[in-house]
Amino acid sequence: MEAFLCPSLVQFQEVNFAYHSMDGETPVLSNISFSVREGEFLSMVGPSGCGKSTILSLIAGLLEPETGSIFFPKQEKTGVQANIGYMLQRDHLFEWRSVLRNVTLGLEIRKQKTKENVRKAEVLLEKYGLEKFMDAKPSQLSGGMRQRAALIRTLALNPELLLLDEPFSALDYQTRLSVGDDIGTIIRKEKKTAVLVTHDLAEAISLGTRVLVMSKRPTHILCDLPLDFDPEMTPLEKRNTGQFQQYFQQIWKELKRDET
Amino acid sequence: MKRNSALSVQQQYVRRQKIRHRLIILFRVVSLFAFLGIWEWTSRTDVINAFIFSSPSEIGRCILDMAKDQTLFRHVGITLGETLLSFTLSIVIGVLAAVLLWISKSAAKIIEPYLVVLNSLPKSALAPLLIVWLGANVRTIVVVGVSLAVFGTILNLYTGFQEVDAEQIKLIYTLGGKKRHVLSKVIVPSTVPMLVSIMKVNIGLSLVGVVIGEFLAADEGLGYLIIYGSQVFQLRLVMTGIIVLCMIALLLYQVIAVLEKRISR
Repeated sequence: MEAFLCPSLVQFQEVNFAYHSMDGETPVLSNISFSVREGEFLSMVGPSGCGKSTILSLIAGLLEPETGSIFFPKQEKTGVQANIGYMLQRDHLFEWRSVLRNVTLGLEIRKQKTKENVRKAEVLLEKYGLEKFMDAKPSQLSGGMRQRAALIRTLALNPELLLLDEPFSALDYQTRLSVGDDIGTIIRKEKKTAVLVTHDLAEAISLGTRVLVMSKRPTHILCDLPLDFDPEMTPLEKRNTGQFQQYFQQIWKELKRDET
Repeated sequence: MKRNSALSVQQQYVRRQKIRHRLIILFRVVSLFAFLGIWEWTSRTDVINAFIFSSPSEIGRCILDMAKDQTLFRHVGITLGETLLSFTLSIVIGVLAAVLLWISKSAAKIIEPYLVVLNSLPKSALAPLLIVWLGANVRTIVVVGVSLAVFGTILNLYTGFQEVDAEQIKLIYTLGGKKRHVLSKVIVPSTVPMLVSIMKVNIGLSLVGVVIGEFLAADEGLGYLIIYGSQVFQLRLVMTGIIVLCMIALLLYQVIAVLEKRISR
């Protein structure tokens, strides 16, 4: 319940969005209103092809809403400049750069590549088991290590809000579980606010502190479900609890009802 | 199955591959010498007309003579210099134009059909026009060399630029980058391998263009040597020109191949 007292970082107010092509208009979001509160891990779950990723692009300022508005109560600037980190589905580590230079790419772009900031990135790499691979090519890393490097690339900019767009979907199931665990833990340790988009119910529940269940297109919010787990539990541990099963059933029913 | 035998299977495999590799090189050398030997023999025994076909020994003597009075080096130097100049220009102009087209999609759409036409137009058809416009000099020759390579370079590079993964471009924007960062951090570095293979093609095309140019508008260079030789019916000069051109083509290609290896490392 504590989360409700925290100020919100992002507020969506009746946001509508559609994609346009010569074949016509595809409405994607219809009247979306919600807010992301500081310190929470918000999971958005919904069928593939619903506008989940679009919501992230809207938060990041890569897209503009057609109607409605998006507020950042704490900040004057909006969009990617407003210290939002965005982690994409695939890691997109560039093969022509070493791991360290990949991780500092954002610093380079924002002209913040100071000794101090690079050192911070190195510390993150050391902390999360990549210290031996700083000068390696990305192809020498395993799938899970690549994803961790991609997260550190995002964290190197020290964002207040992290957007995660199905960041585990390109991994095989086993790696996916352990990387999900890793990344969930890293985000909690670094005390970041995060919004995760996924079509994997179990992932949404095990990582999140709150779940928004989204309908199919044109997307609206089916239900807003705060999760009440022991905050010390890791995502993997949560998967083995009775609560987890309950939440799973509840969300499953909501999604089923939407389908029919 | 003992472990030793598995090892020796691997060793046998390696040995077989090595032998195969050596045999290939051997046959390359043997076939070259066989070709030269048959050519020499048939021209000496008048099976073929030595006046028209010349012979390896005569070409060798011609090369030595021309090396002695320095004329060979002058011709080679001229052709090589013109080729390298038009190669460099074709790459620089090609890259700049492709970048400009990438920056303005509308400009690219407007210009595309013209590029396609210019690319498939036989550039030798332009040469006589260029002589009138620019004069029978090095300028014309270099422009012919450039024109042969530059349009393909623009088209290929521009296509390469567009094939860069859209998600990689999105990554730059998510990190707070602008269009110029997309260009410098993703588009250019990811098309470097393509640029190298374009260079491989262009070095050959530039040489072709320069020789065509020298046919028409030169009084030095290997192209001139070949045309001159055929006009005065000194076929050994023509053959010498061709042989030296072969060597230059091989040399230039190797230079780019070395460059490619260095980049991919």
